[in-house]
Amino acid sequence: MIVLPRGEAKITRETLGKLRALIGENKIVGMAPYRYQTVKINEQPYIIAGTDLSEAEKNSPFWYIEGEWANSRDTSQVMVGHEIAQTLGLKLGDSFMVQGVKYGQQAEASRQDLSAEENQKRDLARQNFHKNFSVKGIVSTGGAEEGFIFADADMLNELIGDTFRADVIECSIVADAGELAELSARIESEMPELQPRAVRRLTQSQDIVLGKLQALVFLVTVVVLIITMISVYTTMTAMVAERRKEIALKKALGAENKLVMSELLGEGALLGLIGGTLGVFLGFEFALRVSLNVFGRGINFQWSLLPVTIIVFVVITIAASIIPVRKVMDIHPAIVLKGE
Amino acid sequence: MSKKILELKNISKIYGNLKALADINLSVNAGDWLSIMGPSGSGKTTMINIIGCMDTPSTGSVILDGVDISRENAASLTRIRRDKIGLIFQQFHLISYLTAVENVMVAQYYHSMPDEDEAMEALAKVGLSDRAHHLPAQLSGGEQQRVCIARALINSPQILLGDEPTGNLDEENEGIVVDIFRRLHDEGVTIIIVTHDPEVGDVAQRKIILEHGRVVGDIDQSATFGEALKLRGSHV
Ligand SMILES: Nc1ncnc2c1ncn2[C@@H]1O[C@H](COP(=O)(O)OP(=O)(O)OP(=O)(O)O)[C@@H](O)[C@H]1O
Ligand SMILES: [Mg+2]
Repeated sequence: MIVLPRGEAKITRETLGKLRALIGENKIVGMAPYRYQTVKINEQPYIIAGTDLSEAEKNSPFWYIEGEWANSRDTSQVMVGHEIAQTLGLKLGDSFMVQGVKYGQQAEASRQDLSAEENQKRDLARQNFHKNFSVKGIVSTGGAEEGFIFADADMLNELIGDTFRADVIECSIVADAGELAELSARIESEMPELQPRAVRRLTQSQDIVLGKLQALVFLVTVVVLIITMISVYTTMTAMVAERRKEIALKKALGAENKLVMSELLGEGALLGLIGGTLGVFLGFEFALRVSLNVFGRGINFQWSLLPVTIIVFVVITIAASIIPVRKVMDIHPAIVLKGE
Repeated sequence: MSKKILELKNISKIYGNLKALADINLSVNAGDWLSIMGPSGSGKTTMINIIGCMDTPSTGSVILDGVDISRENAASLTRIRRDKIGLIFQQFHLISYLTAVENVMVAQYYHSMPDEDEAMEALAKVGLSDRAHHLPAQLSGGEQQRVCIARALINSPQILLGDEPTGNLDEENEGIVVDIFRRLHDEGVTIIIVTHDPEVGDVAQRKIILEHGRVVGDIDQSATFGEALKLRGSHV
């Protein structure tokens, strides 16, 4: 659920506390107030979102963070959106300077007749603030979040010289659709200064859907593996048939069945290895795109899956190859090599 | 009297009610050069396959280098073939994606260890040093057959076997191959060749004529196939 203030007013810490009590502590997964502040980096405007970082993390465990979540312990380390990181060319650990106008002051336009550096000096000299931050994490969500800088709210308030004021509260609540509607109504009647908006995320009933989805994906995986085995089987059968003469010749030259068979299996296993490795990375790329486009959230690459997948692939390739490869034993050199 | 390298004792090969070989007796000494002739279907290929450990007789025994191989299973026949027999094929049977020298090395690989220098030496012996790195498709039929001979010789077999080795060659290349056989014979290699061509057959030191699975003639160098056949009123 997202809670906005009604009208121009902002949400104070007091209101936040009241809202917390109204919803009930046990239902809250995370409650993060956001304050949006326009700042300048290299004389270009950007928005810093000041928030309670640990609550924000509870709300958005699915954000894809390169690096780590920023926290309130070291407030000079912040997270930047993927988009910003790209335009500014920021990498993990890089630092950058943020400038801005303190609360209540008017921003002054940069003067055309002065150079960027001179403008910067002018801004610095004024009743303005500036601070160096370093990049602790880069946020990819596929959504608007990629265009923000995320920092600790208290630090931001101090920097701009203001008390706590939030533009919006993001609140993650355990509730079904009915409870959520009821809660919205209660907030509206008891706290008229607020404007609640329900945003559906996964709630309990949807867990069942998720479970079914998982079962479906598992089923698809099994089907894909069976199809893989069938295609490996036919490929190997064709390969043995195609190389009948070569195999017969090798046997005529004294190659034992075991050796010829292990050569073919090795070839199959090598193909399985290459296919498996390629499949893991392509599959991840595909899953990441689907996840970003459909669900607006990133996924982590699970390195531990790499060897498992490859081993499974190689084992499946070998298993599917065994029957076709055993046909080597039926190839009689004298008969195959007899004539054209 | 040189050593007996091969002995066929009462060999028969029966396919259903057809006797492809009937009660063959033959003994070959080390260093002999034997050619086998006979009309189509007389059992020449069947006989050479049995000698080459690619087939087993229905009855009788084959004694190769002092060992009876007629009751061995396929796996040990493979090993015996690898160690004692060099095969030359009418259709050459070179591996198309390997060069001449690599084709020779395949035989080394399945026998012991590939050794390129040795393989090059074998190619030099058949006069193909300069074609060693060509693919079979880039070689003439005669050259391909010489690669096949080099491959057959690479592991120093006790018997060199060929079923119609010149069957796919023109007269000139046939001559080159026969010259190679002659030289190998001088070096003491045991050679057994099946051929339809009396000119090839007559160069051998000893000639066998098969008919309906039986040996009907066993002649030495002094007579030609033509004379032997005329005597019998038969044709090849
Ligand atoms: N695998 C087999 N099954 C049944 N009959 C066979 C088989 N191989 C050979 N034969 C028969 O055995 C007889 C001898 O065949 P073989 O191939 O030895 O003749 P050949 O003397 O080599 O003839 P050609 O000069 O035409 O090559 C033929 O009648 C043939 O049909
Ligand atoms: Mg034949």
